[in-house]
Amino acid sequence: MTEPDFDVVVVGAGPAGSVTAALLARQGHSVAVIERGESPGSKNLSGGVLYSRVLEDVFPGCLDEAPYERRVTRNEVVFLTPESAVGLDVASDRLADPVNAVTVLRARFDPWLAAQAEEAGAYLMPGVRVDRVLTAPGGSGAAGRRVVGVQAGEDELRARVVVAADGVNSFLAREAGLRPQPPTHHLAVGVKAVLTLPEHVIEDRFGVSGDEGAAIAYVGDCTRGVGGGGIVYTNRSSLSVAVVLRLDDLVAKGLAAADVFEHFLAHPRLARYVRGAQVVEYGSHLVAEGGWDMLGEVVSDGMVVVGDAAGLTINSGLTVRGMDLAIGSAVAAAAGVSAALEADDVSAAGLSGYRERLLAGTVGRDLRTYAKAPAFLERPRVYGDYGRLLEEIMVDVFRLDGTPRKHLARVAVDALRRSPVRLRDLASDALAGVRAL
Amino acid sequence: MTGAKPSTAERLARNRFELDEDESHIEVHQDVVRATGCGPVLVAVCPARVYAEREDGGLDVEYAACLECGTCRAVAPPGALTWHYPRGGFGVSFREG
Repeated sequence: MTEPDFDVVVVGAGPAGSVTAALLARQGHSVAVIERGESPGSKNLSGGVLYSRVLEDVFPGCLDEAPYERRVTRNEVVFLTPESAVGLDVASDRLADPVNAVTVLRARFDPWLAAQAEEAGAYLMPGVRVDRVLTAPGGSGAAGRRVVGVQAGEDELRARVVVAADGVNSFLAREAGLRPQPPTHHLAVGVKAVLTLPEHVIEDRFGVSGDEGAAIAYVGDCTRGVGGGGIVYTNRSSLSVAVVLRLDDLVAKGLAAADVFEHFLAHPRLARYVRGAQVVEYGSHLVAEGGWDMLGEVVSDGMVVVGDAAGLTINSGLTVRGMDLAIGSAVAAAAGVSAALEADDVSAAGLSGYRERLLAGTVGRDLRTYAKAPAFLERPRVYGDYGRLLEEIMVDVFRLDGTPRKHLARVAVDALRRSPVRLRDLASDALAGVRAL
Repeated sequence: MTGAKPSTAERLARNRFELDEDESHIEVHQDVVRATGCGPVLVAVCPARVYAEREDGGLDVEYAACLECGTCRAVAPPGALTWHYPRGGFGVSFREG
């Protein structure tokens, strides 16, 4: 039998891969990280908000040196119709200290994370695409094979454990039979542009100063009614502007993803933010939206799956999380893999400590809490009728047109009567919403 | 935006791509595309507008502009596409992300 080249080979230098590698290398294991981009981060794209506490647990004080963009001190959720916007704007010093979330640009942030793994002793191999896993007889699964390494072109790299951190399309997890093709209602496409603006313009337009920043989420007309939403996040001297479109609904409505993105960029409510801005980059990324239902097997003989590759995302309606869960899964995986290496049992059973730690920790608990959120967010009224209903109510409240005033409850009832939303729908959605979110 | 809003092609032109001239990472199986009629869906879902319909119901693919998101692969009927990532170091290179 060939000796392994490394204790662990990590495929993918995103947050999940780099943090797993850093933690395992810190514990003295030999670790290689293979990244298909010419440098870490060059293939990675995210909306850009990282809930950063979990990262600070791994790298205490890291926000002093990590290249983040801005601390998110202002969150806003806005229901958009073609003509109106009704929002809930939350600004609080309690979101600033300690820092709750930061905006990041991955081409700058991920190289820093990968450097932490290298500093801990991991060996980084950029510019290499992994083609397949190497297997050998002797697994406990149906195929009776276990993972013993990876193949990249003509090269083989053998490892006692392979960590699949290869993103939402994870070919490795698929190939190892761990994750079937997700249904299209569990997937969304994010379409994003980065637009540059001077720092002081961003501060003026978004009402922030210094390294404070805003994260704005839009629902409704931003996606032309397709399930999903829009975002505007402030970076230091640019904006991240994106739509996220649920694939089943995008296909059903027959809309083109690029057209929906253009529609959002051209929306009058966005014009105030993007006026004079220059597009410096345009990208897209597939987003796992299934939450708990998408978490399949994360452990097999000789392999674990982390981050996006394991489908770890949570859309709670108000917060959209991925990178913090990726880092959380990396912490659990590093502990599980380390225990398996020390016990010299890298079978699925030996590695199962990863899954237990994942489910017992914040990642598993939050996935369970929001298990019903994806199904709730598939309810179509969220993306159209409710925005119009809110507009009717709030405009009636503020527009003193000489007609006698009515109590707020009466205004709401009258608006509901004019709306296509039936009271029964509202009650059902409200109950489901309370349970799911 | 200043002036006329840029088209998808103009936006893509801001990106950095390392073109792999020897190998397309997307293969279209025209017979399956024609038989399933999935062409219009693939044309629509791709944010980079990589696909274009042919008159015979097949698809042209401009793989050089691919953003590597995998959306087409997620909605394509089985057998319509062979899609993998470009070779190491090739394809889109995000400078912002």
